[in-house]
Formats: sequence, C-alpha cells, structure tokens
Amino acid sequence: MSKTHITVANLTMAYGNLIIQRDMDFTINRGDIFIVMGGSGCGKSTLMRHLIGLKQPAKGEIFYQNLSFWDASPKVRRQLMMKMGVSYQSGALFSSMTLAENIALPLSAFSSLTRSEIREIVSLKLALVGLAGFEGYYPAEISGGMQKRAGLARAMALDPDILFFDEPSSGLDPISSRLLDDLILHLRDNLGATIVVVTHELSSIFAIGNNSVFLDAESKTIIAKGDPKQLLAECDVPKVRRFLTRGDCGHAYEFQHHGQ
Amino acid sequence: MVNSDTAPTLNFRELAGHRLEIVLVGDWVADKQRPSADQVLAMLANETAVRELCFDASGLGLWDSLMLTFLTKIENGCKTMGISVDRGGLPAGIHGMLELADAVPELEGVRRQHPKSGFLEKAGLLGIAFWEETVAILAFIGEAALGFGRFVLGKANYRRVDLFLLVQECGANAFPIVSLISFLVGMILAFVGSAQLSKYGAQVYIADMVGLGMSREMGALMTGIIMTGRTGAAFAAQLGSMQVNDEIDALKTMGFSDIEFLVVPRMLALILMMPLLCVYADLMGMAGGGLVSLYLYDISILEYSQHILARLRFQDFAVGVGKSVVYGVLVALAGCMRGMQCGRSSQAVGMAATSAVVTGIVMIVCADAVMAMVVITLHW
Repeated sequence: MSKTHITVANLTMAYGNLIIQRDMDFTINRGDIFIVMGGSGCGKSTLMRHLIGLKQPAKGEIFYQNLSFWDASPKVRRQLMMKMGVSYQSGALFSSMTLAENIALPLSAFSSLTRSEIREIVSLKLALVGLAGFEGYYPAEISGGMQKRAGLARAMALDPDILFFDEPSSGLDPISSRLLDDLILHLRDNLGATIVVVTHELSSIFAIGNNSVFLDAESKTIIAKGDPKQLLAECDVPKVRRFLTRGDCGHAYEFQHHGQ
Repeated sequence: MVNSDTAPTLNFRELAGHRLEIVLVGDWVADKQRPSADQVLAMLANETAVRELCFDASGLGLWDSLMLTFLTKIENGCKTMGISVDRGGLPAGIHGMLELADAVPELEGVRRQHPKSGFLEKAGLLGIAFWEETVAILAFIGEAALGFGRFVLGKANYRRVDLFLLVQECGANAFPIVSLISFLVGMILAFVGSAQLSKYGAQVYIADMVGLGMSREMGALMTGIIMTGRTGAAFAAQLGSMQVNDEIDALKTMGFSDIEFLVVPRMLALILMMPLLCVYADLMGMAGGGLVSLYLYDISILEYSQHILARLRFQDFAVGVGKSVVYGVLVALAGCMRGMQCGRSSQAVGMAATSAVVTGIVMIVCADAVMAMVVITLHW
C-alpha cells in the first residue's frame, strides 16, 4: 500500500471571484496526524471542505491514493467519501435522532449488517468515546463536549480510513481537550487511520501533530509545512513563529531580526 | 467497512492449566460470514473446566469494528461465567481499542429506560400538559399585553428599524400571495353563488354576494390564514433560531425585555398591516368575482361595480377590517409564543413553526366563530 494517502496539487480555493488560498501543494502520508493551522479567516475550514469533497477547487487537484477526487465518477467519489469520517466543530448530530440512531444511520444505509450487529457497533463506538450507556439520549440532552464526542463516534461508524476533525478542542475544557487529543492518538495508533485536524489550539498541535501546513490569510498561500515541533524549533518565518509561540517569542524574535 | 478475500475462521486449542486458546485466522471484516460470539459462549458453557481464555491472532488478517464487538461479547460472557480473559495474544491495535472502550465505564443509572405507561397515566399526563399549556398561553398573552402597554406609553425598548423592516415584511412583501389567493377566492365565491342564483335568473346578485362575502368574512379570514402560514411560521422560526443560538439569552443578559424587543414590534407590524391587507384582499376578491360575472353571465364591470357600491355599507368593510386586526394579534401571538417556547435544536425550530401555524389557524377560526355570533347579536 502506498505511503502517500492524500496529495494536494496546485490547489486554489475561491468563493466566486474571492480567492481564499492559491497554489497549495502538500502530501499527507498514511497514518499521519496532519494539522491545518493558521490564523482566523485564513481558509482552514474551507480547505477541509475541499478535502472532504464538499467544495470543488477553483483550480488544482486533490488525489486520494493517486485517484483524482474530482475527475472520478460520482459513484467512485461517493465510495471515497464513505472512507472518510468527519467530526464537525459542533458535533453536527441530527437533533431529531438519538445518539444511537445518529451512529446507526450510516451503518444501516451503507452496510449489510444485521440490526443486532449495528446495535453492538453503536454501543462500542459510544464506549470508545466515553459515552457508554448514552444510546437513548437526544443531542439536546447532553453537553457540548459530549455532542462533540458523539459526533466523533458517528464519524467512526464505518471504520473510515481518514478522519477529519474541524476544531476538535474548541469549547472544551482543558481536561476534555487533552482526552480528545489522546483519543485521536489512539485512533491513529490502533486503527492506522490518517487523521487531518483543523485547529489553532497550540497544545493540541504539539501534542498530536506530526505533519502540518500553515495557511496565511495575507499572502493567500502556505507559508510553512512540516512537523509542528520542528517548525517551532527551526522555522524562521516571523508569522509562523509568532503563531507557534503565542506571539511572545515571536515579537522577541522579530525584534532581534530588526535589531540586527 | 473493509472488503477482503480470506475467510475468517476460529479454532480452539486446549492448553495446560485449564486454559483455552481461541485461534483467530483470516480477515474478520463485515462482508464475510464470521463465527458468532454466541457459538463461542455456548462452547465455553459446556466446557466447565476452562478457567482462562486466551487468543492466538498470529494468523489474523484484516479486522474491523465487528471484531471488537465479537471480542467484547465474549469477554462479557466470560465475566458472567467466571472465566478470566487474557488479551495478550491480540494485536496491539485491537488491544488498544478494547482498552479505550473500557477506559470510561458506563455510569450507574445513565442508561435510559422506557417503561410503558398505562391509559390512566397517559390521560393524566395529557391533562397536566393541557393545563401547563393553558397557563403558558395566558402568561404569554399577559406579558405581551404588558409589553404593548409599555410601547403605548413610549417606554418600550426596541429598534425602530426592526419595526420598519417587519412592517415591510408583513405588508408589501405579502402582496403577491394575498393578491393571488384573494382573487381566486372571489372567483370561487362567484362560481359557487352563480350556480344557485342562475336558477332564479338572479345572476346580477353575484356582485352583492361576492361583495358582502369578501368584505365581511372571506377577505379577513383568508388574509389571516395566509399570514399565519407565511408570517406566523416565519416569526416562530426566527425566534426559535434565536433561541437555539442563545441570542435571546444574550438580549436578556444585556437588560432588554425579550417581549418588548422581539414580540411587540412583530405584533405591531401585523396589527398595522392586517387591516390594509384585508381591504386589499376584499378588492382583489371582488375583482375576481367581477371577472367571472363578465365572462359567464355577461354582466359588465360597470353594472357589477354599481351593484357592489349600492349594496355595501361602510359597516360591512368595518366588520371585516375589525376582524383582521384581531386575526393580526392572534397570528403574531401564536408565532411569537411558539418561537419563544422553542427548544434548543433544529428539530425544535421546525416544530415551533408547525405549531405556530396550527395554533394560529385554530385561534383564528375560534375567534371568527365568536365574532360571527357577536356581529349577528348586535345586528351589525
């Protein structure tokens, strides 16, 4: 099986005439925890929408194991999308369904499992995200953090090859955020899944990421890529340093450079 | 779920010290006919000597969530039979996932039970719900009346620009649908009436019938029903979405009265616009009736208009307009009340909009019945 899982080639993202990011090139390897980072409004979530096939690129290609997503037939695209699990910022659970029904929905639609098998998988997925016994609850009856975890359980329902997380830590307390980071690491280590995380939470970025891109809203392109820990140690792009050091060392760094 | 080629099989190997080893071979994925955990548990129940269960997964290929549920089921069964389970022989991934699933045990009492309720309990619950609903409606009407009173006294806190936008939304923007429905209702009245009147050669009285019908009853009623479906539902959906997004909580914490800021402008917009829409609907209905008279019975527009002008009194219009004001208040109350009562989910917003329409129509029809009796009793 090839090591490269996702390849983004010369991708330009735009809303009408408004270009969000241009000429992006990067690869995501199988088993990577890939971080998409950058300041607010730089197009992180838009990039995720492109990667999960919800938005067509203005220019460029996205390949999944050398298969161009947008050149593929709708049927192949649908098959590719079924191998992706997406955990949305708010959980995006269907409010008219219980947690069990939310998780069972893709299983009953896209697999030939029996009802009892689906019930067992639902219980397992909820247990994996620490929500054992919450099958009969509606999303409105549980907290935001629990909704997020239930959303992740639904994203994992079909045992996806790639898991996408949109701002997984936002709105969570530090302990829940740490537990979610541990869960992401577990999923990568135990399932071998490729994980793409859109975030600007520094603690998460350094705790879980082994590869990343940094999007810049001003120049509308990628200004740094690589392991976030390595970027912190070696990257000399002032914006990236300011971001990765919460501005403190960045200022000092910039000041030193100006001084020189 | 993964697709693969190697069939999943399961063998047992007895080891020393009352240990039983389960040998897992092949690809354990969803599209394969897999051995069931029940078979394993039935076998273990017969083998009373077994005290420990372990695994040999050296021949195991692909696996997915079903492997995890299979093992969980076996572990749970072993627990009840007093057999210990050694996960050592399982691949690291399966081991890790099972540990993760065990990491947060189920809280006591968290699982939801659904006990069946009897007829009496159901009837009692319905009665309580009806009482609570009645109290909520009365409380909302009271709060809205107080808010309106503060508006009349010039003390209400609201944005004037919102009021103007609502007036536009409830008035001018509703013209197309009111025109269409009223015109058609006027035509229908004329068709239905003419079928009877023509038997006596009294077709010319179609004008009287359509004029009276539209001005006293149908103009106001149809406008009320249109506005319930169009504007009442929109009010409920708007306020419901604000509830979901915590916007109403934000208003309250800033010190605004939600009733004055949100409900009063909506009520006022409908109270102002409903009479105008009603008169407009009356005229459109009469025009519809005129068209039918002209084409079916050759009654000229001039003759039709003269009949209407001779028959209709100012009072007839006033009755219709008066009703429309009442309907406006009811539509606004139903829409705003259901919106403010909305839960915090997208499903609740849909239910609020539906409920606003149902409540609005029921209230309009009830109010119409009461007003019809009042009008007849007072000989208006």
